[in-house]
Amino acid sequence: MEFNATLIGEMISFAILIWICVQFIWPHINKAIEERQLKIAEGLNAAERAHAELKAADNKAAAEVKQARQQAAEIIDRAQQQANQILDKARADAVAEINRQKAAAQDEIASMAQRAREELRERVGALAVQGASKIVQREIDPAAHKALLDQLATEI
Amino acid sequence: MASEPGGFTEYIQHHLTFLKPPSISPDGFWAVHIDSIAVSLVLGILFCFWFWLKARKATSGVPGKGQAFVELVLEFVDGQVKDVFHGDRRVLGPLALTVFVWVFLMNAMDLLPVDLLPVITAKLGLGHFRAVPTADLNMTFAMSTTVFLLTIFYSFKAKGAGGFMHELFTAPFGKHPLLWIPNFVLNLVEMLSKPVSLAMRLFGNMYAGELVFILIAGLFSAGGWALYGLGLIGYTVWGIFHILIISIQAFIFMVLTVVYISMAHDHH
Repeated sequence: MEFNATLIGEMISFAILIWICVQFIWPHINKAIEERQLKIAEGLNAAERAHAELKAADNKAAAEVKQARQQAAEIIDRAQQQANQILDKARADAVAEINRQKAAAQDEIASMAQRAREELRERVGALAVQGASKIVQREIDPAAHKALLDQLATEI
Repeated sequence: MASEPGGFTEYIQHHLTFLKPPSISPDGFWAVHIDSIAVSLVLGILFCFWFWLKARKATSGVPGKGQAFVELVLEFVDGQVKDVFHGDRRVLGPLALTVFVWVFLMNAMDLLPVDLLPVITAKLGLGHFRAVPTADLNMTFAMSTTVFLLTIFYSFKAKGAGGFMHELFTAPFGKHPLLWIPNFVLNLVEMLSKPVSLAMRLFGNMYAGELVFILIAGLFSAGGWALYGLGLIGYTVWGIFHILIISIQAFIFMVLTVVYISMAHDHH
């Protein structure tokens, strides 16, 4: 097989064929390839974004749960404090009431004792007068000697 | 060359002669077509190496252009297989991919200038060289016979020996003993016609394409600028048309391979 113009002609045609491939066939393949790349890149991006969003949502949910827990703890604390306050107040009220009643009872007791003492003094005065009248064998006018007897009664 | 008819005939004959080992009689059994074997082997290795390289570096992220191209081819072939065959595609998928890409590459050798490789090999001292392995009946029959053996294998695998025999003798006419022989003969013809048609179709298209290229190339040496120009136009137009033919033939060969093997799985 000799090298001659036949091969040159074939090479020219081959060059045209390659040019046609480059011009009209390769762009289609290239377009398909680039579309594919773009699609994959978009898909990966979307997945990454979704992943990040999920993570953010998770974080947010966790933070909210934490906050809610904190709030609940605060509310419980406050309730306990209030309960304690109420209890303390009730206790203080009760103590005050007890003291008041105790004081009233003591007052009453004191006044009753006073009355009893006065009554006793009067009786003792009367008895003393009777005794004395019996001793002196004569009538003593209780009205005339009341001042004397009262003085005697206070001395007892 | 056209001025002397013998020259052009010789030109054509020269182009249609295979490279054979010189020490062996050219018509003997061992007169292998070295050119077909060499080109198909080189293209097969090229295909394997190319796809292996892209598969090795494959990323699940945004693919490079090379990987995207390989993925496109793979997805296209896999889609075709999926349409035809509803089963485990782990063997049939790669088989279809190999058939498609390999046949396409071998067909594409037709687009190279018909004198390019022969001129180069002539410089190396090799007298004949045919660049298109799929324009060699040995090559196409080798592939179609492999497909045929695979269909037999999968028939046995899918139906068992008993089931396959049962089908050979009872389909399509019926179970009656008198129909066994007609059934078997018909199935035999059907089975054997598949590899023959598969091989002949590819060979015929590629051989005809190559021959037309050779005939048009004859115009270049026919003498006169007008004929040279006509040769240029004809060669280019036929080349453009041939891009379509080589793709379609590779596609048909692949699809029919899948169809035949998928039919072997079908129960009648």
